[in-house]
Amino acid sequence: MSKYRNLLIGSALAAMAASPALAEKLGLGRPALPEEIAAWNLDIHPDGTGLPVGSGSVEDGEAVFVENCAVCHGEFAEGSGNWPKLAGGEGTLADKDPLKTVGSYWPYLSTVYDYVRRSMPFGAAQTMSDDDVYAITAYILYSNYLVEDDFVLSNENFLDVEMPNADGFIVDDRDTAEAHFWTEPCMENCKEGEVKITMRAAVLDVTPEEEGAEEAAAEEAPAEAAAPAEEAKAEEPAEEPVVAAAALDTELVKKGEKVFKKCKACHQVGEGAANKTGPMLNGVVGGPIGAVEGFKYSKGMAELGEAGETWNEENLTAFLTKPKSFIKKTKMGFAGLKKEDDINAVAEYLKSVSQ
Amino acid sequence: MTVRFTGKKPSRRAFLKGTLASTAGVVAGAGAAKAAGPDPLITEKQDWAMSTGDGVDATPYGLPIKYEDDVIRRNVEWLTADTISSINFSPIHALDGTITPQGCAFERHHSGAIELRKEDFRLMINGLVDTPLVFTYEDLERFPRVNKTFFLECAANTGMEWAGAQLNGAQFTHGMIHNMEYSGVTLRTLLEEAGLNAAGDLKDKWVYVEGADASSNGRSIPMEKALDDCMIAFKANGEALRKEHGYPARLVVPGWEGNMWVKWIRRIEVTDAAVESREETSKYTDTLADGTSRKWTWVMDAKSVVTSPSPQSPIKHGKGPLVITGLAWSGRGAITRVDVSKDGGKTWETARLANPGQPMALTRFYLDTEWNGEEMFLQSRAMDETGYVQPTKAMLREVRGENSIYHNNCIQTWWVKADGEAENVEVS
Repeated sequence: MSKYRNLLIGSALAAMAASPALAEKLGLGRPALPEEIAAWNLDIHPDGTGLPVGSGSVEDGEAVFVENCAVCHGEFAEGSGNWPKLAGGEGTLADKDPLKTVGSYWPYLSTVYDYVRRSMPFGAAQTMSDDDVYAITAYILYSNYLVEDDFVLSNENFLDVEMPNADGFIVDDRDTAEAHFWTEPCMENCKEGEVKITMRAAVLDVTPEEEGAEEAAAEEAPAEAAAPAEEAKAEEPAEEPVVAAAALDTELVKKGEKVFKKCKACHQVGEGAANKTGPMLNGVVGGPIGAVEGFKYSKGMAELGEAGETWNEENLTAFLTKPKSFIKKTKMGFAGLKKEDDINAVAEYLKSVSQ
Repeated sequence: MTVRFTGKKPSRRAFLKGTLASTAGVVAGAGAAKAAGPDPLITEKQDWAMSTGDGVDATPYGLPIKYEDDVIRRNVEWLTADTISSINFSPIHALDGTITPQGCAFERHHSGAIELRKEDFRLMINGLVDTPLVFTYEDLERFPRVNKTFFLECAANTGMEWAGAQLNGAQFTHGMIHNMEYSGVTLRTLLEEAGLNAAGDLKDKWVYVEGADASSNGRSIPMEKALDDCMIAFKANGEALRKEHGYPARLVVPGWEGNMWVKWIRRIEVTDAAVESREETSKYTDTLADGTSRKWTWVMDAKSVVTSPSPQSPIKHGKGPLVITGLAWSGRGAITRVDVSKDGGKTWETARLANPGQPMALTRFYLDTEWNGEEMFLQSRAMDETGYVQPTKAMLREVRGENSIYHNNCIQTWWVKADGEAENVEVS
């Protein structure tokens, strides 16, 4: 154990002994019932603590494994794609690319049983019987050549199985093995000779590439360049008679909703819309000008309404482009929408919320 | 979110911008550049200065503005078999300060991020305690509460770099980390509520902690650590934990590897030995060159990285004043100093810490410098209050070989080129 940990142990435990709060309980929570503890207290220790009574054979294990596990781990536990390999790799731990499997690496068999029972199969954890888990564990041992094909694993003989890498672990020894990392750092002339590149990530080239990089670049392109194409697109629906445009262009509606954010401070639309600084706008497209009930319009706007004008495409576009040119003393303090397709989009959006 | 890399591999446009900027720099020299003509952003009336913006409530829960939509978590698809049991990376190259917003704090799941309602949350304490107890979420909120800021680093952070420079970006090499302010109750408080007399001598006792998701991720923690500074947290950065970080409650194990910070925590068992679960034997153990493996390597060694400039955050402004910045942290305590080298480790200068280092929390450092367009091999080197100095990769390999996977805290090198682009390299 590390110096640090010893220090920590000392202080934490001492603090605990000294703390008057130790004895003070708040009486929160409730006692756990035995059935509840039994349902969750499933962890199995290397010494066998927690193992349920039961057994399973290599033969049964093969069937259960093929059914439940082979899709990821391969029929012989040899692994599939990036999923963990459970068998093989014996004697590879000191190699350049060690293959760490149950057979070559795992120090305790209890870990296999514990993990399979509580966490596998992936997507259907905790659905297998205790005997099936014994059988799967037996089959994994068999696929690592650690038991014969007639082997039956049970809670009785569980501890008899020897795991090849049981002695392959040491407790964290960084404090001693890396004691030289506690040092006074060099500031000048820390390396001799020229510093040279020995490896480049760009040469290896395994960093994920940007998907749709081209699209992103197009999006970023100056708005002026993109505008003509958009305008052309926006003009299409306009050629059709307004009445026939009952089928809404959902793309345009979406866009309009965004543009409408500029209007939202004063205008409400949709269910429950009411007059605010500006009139509510449900049904306004195609309807009579200056006709929303309860709203006090400017004189100019009211006159247009009285003259029988409607919010047809021409009027709407003219008004939204330069409100104060269309109606000199309109109350609308909005500078106007510069782009025609923004106007079309807003009109489409207003139609959509009025339906 | 499985996001393919949408960040700075600088686009053609970004590259052009960079070129223009540096050209301007060359023409103007080091002083303030003279404008070629009046800036239309100033002389022309702009939309935003005339019309109104969004009203309140336009977004009841605010998200970053669309212009920042590339500041996101990203994963590396080839690393894992499936995103359900996988990891992604915090965009540290694009963040500043030390707090990681929850929405871009990296995720690591073993069986996916579950949706567990507070009403369905139960936390059991059993094993060697005087009274095994069950707490509801509501119970947790009635215990005395603490607020602490800690980093969480996955043990595998920088793990792909053992064998050589692999991933081109600080997000990918060092982004399995986040730093949040947690609100919750200490684990000690809960253990004391259940009573530890039954455990006898606490020196050789453990707590085994387990999550409610299908992975049943469970880890054994020495009692000393459990009583020292572990927390059950239910808020992070002031708001409820995100589901991907263990809503409604997770364990916080300051300075120790992220896998121990069990999410959706459901059970705490006092035991007389380590359980030796899957995640503390077959995984999160460090294989040395001779084939033996270290286990119980819980503490995260002191480490740092320059977050900008870096491959995803190249220098675009040309010559002149440059802010070199990065993050440093240590699982053993507070960061006391960070040095930066521009020449691959030959000479070092001490950076400025934005704030004094806090124990087991991220520390931001800055080196305010002048860049003359020369190539740099940028490195940073952290030191902590125990006197530990972040080692080079060569020093680590000398002790550990190249197969450890976990706990790679080596000094990182970015090769910053004359055009301001940066690349992950290894140097002699």
